[in-house]
Amino acid sequence: MSEIVNIYKDLFEANKLLLLNNVPHGLKIKREEAIHHFLEKGFPDRKSEKYKYTQLDNYFGNGYNKSLEYPKINVSVADIFRCDVPQLETHLLILANGKFYRFDQRGNLPKGVTICSLKDAIKTNPQIVDQYLGKLSKDEDVYASLNTAFATDGFYIHIAKDAALDKPLQIVNLLLSEEDLLVQYRNLIILEENASANIMVCDHTLSIHHFLSNIVTEIFQEKSSKLDLIFMQNEHNNSIKMQSTYVNQESHSDSNINIFTLHGGLVRNNINVLMNGEYANNSCNGFFMADGSQHIDNFTFMHHAKANCESSQLFKGILDNEAKGIFNGRILVDIDSQKTNAYQKSNGILLSDTARMNARPQLEIYADDVKCTHGSAIGQLNDDAMFYMRSRGISKPESRLLLLHAYAYEIVEKINIEPLRERIDEMVGKRLRSELARCHNCPMHCC
Amino acid sequence: MLQIKNLKAAINGKEILKGINLNVNAGEVHAIMGPNGSGKSTLAGVLAGREYIEVNHGSVFFNGKDILDMAPEDRSREGLFLGFQYPVEIPGVSMVNFIRTALNEHRKYKNLPPLSASDFLKTMREKQELVEITAKMTNRSVNEGFSGGEKKKNEIFQMAMLEPKLSILDETDSGLDIDALKIVANGVNKLRRPDNATIVITHYQRLLDYIVPDFVHVLYNGQIVKSAGKELALELEEKGYDWIKKEIAV
Amino acid sequence: MDTSQDSILAEVTGSDYKYGFVSNIDTETIQKGLNEDVVRIISAKKNEPEFMLEFRLKAFKYWQTLKQPEWAHLKIPAINFQDIIFYAAPKQKKQLNSLDEIDPELKATFDKLGIPLNEQKHMTGVAVDAVIDSVSVKTTFKDTLAEIGIIFCSFSEAVHEHPDLVKKYLGTVVPYTDNYFAALNSAVFSDGSFCYIPKGVRCPMELSTYFRINAANTGQFERTLLIADDESYVSYLEGCTAPMRDENQLHAAVVELVAMENAEIKYSTVQNWYPGDKNGKGGIYNFVTKRGICKEKNAKISWTQVETGSAITWKYPSCILKGDNSVGEFYSVALTNNYQQADTGTKMIHIGKNTRSRIVSKGISAGFSNNSYRGLVKVLRGAEGARNHSQCDSLLLGSTCGAHTFPYLEVDNPSAIVEHEATTSKIGEDQIFYCNQRGIKTEDAVGLIVNGYAREVLNQLPMEFAVEAQKLLSISLEGSVG
Repeated sequence: MSEIVNIYKDLFEANKLLLLNNVPHGLKIKREEAIHHFLEKGFPDRKSEKYKYTQLDNYFGNGYNKSLEYPKINVSVADIFRCDVPQLETHLLILANGKFYRFDQRGNLPKGVTICSLKDAIKTNPQIVDQYLGKLSKDEDVYASLNTAFATDGFYIHIAKDAALDKPLQIVNLLLSEEDLLVQYRNLIILEENASANIMVCDHTLSIHHFLSNIVTEIFQEKSSKLDLIFMQNEHNNSIKMQSTYVNQESHSDSNINIFTLHGGLVRNNINVLMNGEYANNSCNGFFMADGSQHIDNFTFMHHAKANCESSQLFKGILDNEAKGIFNGRILVDIDSQKTNAYQKSNGILLSDTARMNARPQLEIYADDVKCTHGSAIGQLNDDAMFYMRSRGISKPESRLLLLHAYAYEIVEKINIEPLRERIDEMVGKRLRSELARCHNCPMHCC
Repeated sequence: MLQIKNLKAAINGKEILKGINLNVNAGEVHAIMGPNGSGKSTLAGVLAGREYIEVNHGSVFFNGKDILDMAPEDRSREGLFLGFQYPVEIPGVSMVNFIRTALNEHRKYKNLPPLSASDFLKTMREKQELVEITAKMTNRSVNEGFSGGEKKKNEIFQMAMLEPKLSILDETDSGLDIDALKIVANGVNKLRRPDNATIVITHYQRLLDYIVPDFVHVLYNGQIVKSAGKELALELEEKGYDWIKKEIAV
Repeated sequence: MDTSQDSILAEVTGSDYKYGFVSNIDTETIQKGLNEDVVRIISAKKNEPEFMLEFRLKAFKYWQTLKQPEWAHLKIPAINFQDIIFYAAPKQKKQLNSLDEIDPELKATFDKLGIPLNEQKHMTGVAVDAVIDSVSVKTTFKDTLAEIGIIFCSFSEAVHEHPDLVKKYLGTVVPYTDNYFAALNSAVFSDGSFCYIPKGVRCPMELSTYFRINAANTGQFERTLLIADDESYVSYLEGCTAPMRDENQLHAAVVELVAMENAEIKYSTVQNWYPGDKNGKGGIYNFVTKRGICKEKNAKISWTQVETGSAITWKYPSCILKGDNSVGEFYSVALTNNYQQADTGTKMIHIGKNTRSRIVSKGISAGFSNNSYRGLVKVLRGAEGARNHSQCDSLLLGSTCGAHTFPYLEVDNPSAIVEHEATTSKIGEDQIFYCNQRGIKTEDAVGLIVNGYAREVLNQLPMEFAVEAQKLLSISLEGSVG
């Protein structure tokens, strides 16, 4: 067992009281199983196909304060942070370093909608937490197991049958600390039959310290439920983020997940989708922009376990300076999953001599009546389009900006809340112009 | 307005233009005709500043300025417009945003302030009528999903917006049915003024029924081998290019 | 799929392997098993110079440090190397002076395979090196080729006659450290073909090697080394068959190609080793390392393969594009049926400026088989202006087979353009119906459609082989409607 793995063995021992006592029995078992899985497997190395281009074990070893107790927050978070999306009324849930901070709801929540911290949910709805937590992540990935073992808080959203979240919910996780910090939190989103929700999750760093986050979100979509989920990743470049999202979709459910990565030193997104009922539909897209020495790695796994489902992924990235981009997308179609329609495309643009992009689309097909395509392209902006614009008198840098912005817009336009779409489009534009892509009212120069 | 002197140009080391001489004055319409592969589009590309074409010899003066070392955008701002044979599709860039950016860059070059949003929209509407395109089309991405005819109309629309001094229309008639051809030609004719000029590059005489040239030049094997009035186009239509080839052989 | 289609599929894909006969040839073999002595015996039997023995021993020592690899998507049983005979040769007189001296049974064997060793009888324009079990038995048109400076002979002969060339190039493209089976081959390879095309020579005929495994319990380890000097051109073909046997036999070959300035090598393979029976019993394990280097500028290497045989196929004919403006191509049709497994693809390593590569891979899976494309396109930092386009299509016939695509794209240069497209499909019922309506019966329609599907690749084959390959596809797939 490596030294780094041992740190977590000791950490678990030291926190046994917190993690295993006074918690529902099911959760106790899950934490114990998870730490065993982690200790047994250890961190993946270069030989691991899944983590070939991204090794994180050294980060997990060094420096960061790994205490499970609340780090003391000296400022009033709400005062320094006012994220504004113009004309958009949202419920706002704030986490600080992965732990519940406050919830500002706009009016009363509709009947059947529960939004709270995971910590509260464990107390108030232990059976539901027990039923769902860890169901999708169990033994699947060591980072997820690490999270299962240690995460004690996060957000919990439960929408009962036929209920709908009336307004979009914005969840903001603020990272602020007086020392380098490891943050692990855990989220559950449960949409019962015919339920629907519109959720946006943003990450912000509010202090310049190094942050290492390991986040797991498990999403359960019952029959005919509908989810729109946006991840806005905009942490400063001293942060490292490992974010795993698991989705289980039952029949006729509809899931749209869009991930925007504008800043962040090292970001790895794992998205695992299980199409577990017929006629389910999943669309999962990502856009990332990286410069400096940023490292952005997106991994998707679409498992078509039932027939007649559709999935599509579009991931696009722009890479400058020494930045590195990776797309790793796997589509698995089981033997009985006839009439599957799976589409996947990844695309990267390199702007400098030292930027790099790796793509690994993978198709594994066992059913014969399916339509599966994947495409991948790495290159530059289209020369003809550049010339066409310049021949109309638009300067070279401006043509390039316009084209890059248009390139990103293909993902941005998938956001179905208009003010939000405009806001994110504006942020992408600013990011392309190397201006601070931070919220107007936020005084922190965190990005 | 435009003086081309002994222009030689190559693509990937292969010489395509082998010494072109041409003068175009304000108010004139010139037609350049020639068989496939004679160098017509290469000539248009050199004038607009295509980077893959290597100019090896000669000079091109436009309004008294040597333009061969100019960036394509500066040539455009100087008043040179190329109507593309194959207009490029640019997904995600809206026509409105595209043409407004272009127009304001032109204005900046002339030290004029950017056009206000309302003035811009007004101008757009006027010019749209000229080529009978709908506002719907300008709300779409540049050329994306346009039919062949729509693309060509869009070229003339952009020409109307940018008000160039010299327009080079590269095979603007290709892929057009007769109705679209009339609309396009009509647009070009309406934009004709004593202080601007047009070069029409075409393979067929058909377009010249609608845009009547003052001069017709035959480009063959990288050189202008024959120049005359508009009657030359009719002669070519009747006899084909073989006639020219034979004449040169003699 | 309805039952009538099922039965057509079963009927046609169940057709017999027509090269499965065993010839009664007097064969000299050494003892089973592998150790350093065996390596020395092989070298001694071939009367090799010292440098060859050294090469073999180094490779053997390295091999001993390795473990048999495990690959995703391939189920390979552990191979017992002590149960394999590493050298088998048809007994014949040392020096062949005329055709008459070849064992008549051997000659009959090749006649039966459609590969006459008699130059007059042979299809014109193809020179053949015939390799049975571990050794080359006959190379045709050798003298004709020698007149224009082309060396085309068995590897053993090259070791004796052209040791400098062998020494200079052996192991330079595929080092013995490359992988497990390349190390094994380097230690125990018994023969193969050698070819050198001198400067400025366009080889006037197709060169070809025909491989045949005959003896039982033997492994076949041959090695091909092909060098095309400046401004030269050669088209090279290889074909192979083996008898039907219940046990699995191992074939671990190495092919190295070197193309110098402005040289072009076209390398085509029609691989039809015994695939095993309907229940997956027997068949050849085909673990082959093929790689070419475009060493100087404007060189071109083109791989074309039609893979229909073998129980397990594991091969990635690759191109190292070192010279500026050099070109690599890979065209592949891989067909798997019954319990066959194929994991094949290519690597295109772009090192030089303006290097281009093109990949066209067509996988066809039927029965209970699994067919994977695995490829790497790597553009190194200095490969300014590199271009790649890959197209990988899979066709599934029936619902008990699998088709997989694993392309790896690694790009370190911003001026490069790398594109990959892949599709998975089945034969459309409307396509079949359309053919039916025009009076074409279903099994012919499938043959037509599959051949149409593979056309882009088959077109790359020299004429004689294209016809052969087309027949091969039809035999295996007529009537398999998915």
